[in-house]
Amino acid sequence: MAEAVSAKTPSLSEQYHLENEVKQVKEDPSDKNTSEETPDEITLKTAPADFRFPTTNQTRHCFTRYIEYHRCVAAKGDDAPECDKFAKFYRSLCPSEWVDRWNEQRENGTFPGPL
Amino acid sequence: MIVLKWLFLTISPCDAAEPWQLGFQDAATPIMQGIIDLHHDIFFFLILILVFVLWILVRALWHFHYKENAIPQRIVHGTTIEILWTIFPSLILMFIAIPSFALLYSMDEVVVDPAITIKAIGHQWYWTYEYSDYNSSDEQSLTFDSYMIPEEDLELGQLRLLEVDNRVVVPAKTHLRIIVTSADVLHSWAVPSLGVKCDAVPGRLNQISILVQREGVYYGQCSEICGTNHAFMPIVVEAVSRKDYGSWVSNQLIPQTGEA
Repeated sequence: MAEAVSAKTPSLSEQYHLENEVKQVKEDPSDKNTSEETPDEITLKTAPADFRFPTTNQTRHCFTRYIEYHRCVAAKGDDAPECDKFAKFYRSLCPSEWVDRWNEQRENGTFPGPL
Repeated sequence: MIVLKWLFLTISPCDAAEPWQLGFQDAATPIMQGIIDLHHDIFFFLILILVFVLWILVRALWHFHYKENAIPQRIVHGTTIEILWTIFPSLILMFIAIPSFALLYSMDEVVVDPAITIKAIGHQWYWTYEYSDYNSSDEQSLTFDSYMIPEEDLELGQLRLLEVDNRVVVPAKTHLRIIVTSADVLHSWAVPSLGVKCDAVPGRLNQISILVQREGVYYGQCSEICGTNHAFMPIVVEAVSRKDYGSWVSNQLIPQTGEA
C-alpha cells in the first residue's frame, strides 16, 4: 500500500502536471490538515473536441494526435514543451494498448503512419 | 407506522432494472429526459390512433356481422375519404417528427469542452476503464477492470447480475466524454438511466458525451452478444460531487506516486 512519500519523490501535482495543487490524502502525522479535509478541486482538463473529427468515430482523432506528437518531437526535440499538449491529447483519447502497440511498431520501424 | 413511512415517504430514483418494470428508469441526463419526453409526445398520438382504430374495428364487427347484415356493400371508390385518410396520418407524422428530429439533432451536438475523458474498453467478459487525463508519460495511470460480483458473493441489498467490484466514478454536473471500444469482439456499453448505448467495436473509438445531472448509482448491462458470459458483464456508473471525484482520483493515483 502507499508508503510515506520521501523528499525526493515529486508531489502528486508535480508528477501529473496538475494545474492546481492537490493535497495528499494520506496518513502523514505532520500534516496540519485533518483527514476530513478533502483535496482542493483539481482542474479537470482533457483533449478538447476537434472539429476535424465531428462524428462519433474518433479513431482518426486519436491516431492524428499521436502522429502530431511524434512529428512535433521530430521537429522540435524530445523535451519541447509545445509537444506536451499533443502528448496529453493522445493519452486521453487512445487506449493504452493501442499506444503500446504503436510505440513498439515505431521501434521496429513498422509503424503505418506518416511520422 | 414505520411501514407507512417507508411506503409513502421514501423517494428513491429508479436507476436500475426493477422486476416487472413497465416504464423507463428515471432520467439522469438531459438526453434521457429528452427521450422520455419524446416518448410521451408520441404516446399521446398513439393512444388517439389506437382508440380510433379499435372503435372502427369493433363497430364494424358488431354492426356488420353476417347474421345481422347479410348483404355486403360493394363500395370501390370514395375520393373524399381517401384524401382525408392520407392527409391526416401525414399531419400526425409531422407532429411526431418535429420533436423527434429536435431530439435527434440535439443528441448529436458536439460538446466543445468536455472536462474528462473516460475510456471504456470491452473484453470477454468484463469492462476496463481508463482515466488517462492524469498521465505524465505513456504508462497507465488510472486503469482498472470491472467484473460482475457473482451471485454467491453478493451482500444483502445488492442487485443480482448488476453489481460490479469497481464502479466507474464520475463527477456529477460535468461534461464527460466516454470513448467506447473493444479489445476482442463486439460489446455495447449501455446505461438506461443515462440514456446511453454505444457499441464497442474492436479497432474503432466511439465517442459519447454525457452530463449526469444528479449524484447516484446507475446500472446497465452489456448490450451486444459477445459470448457465453454476455449477460454477466454489467456496468455501474457512480456519480459523485466534484470534490469527492477529486479525492477518489488522488487516492487512486497515490500508490503510483509512492512506487515512483
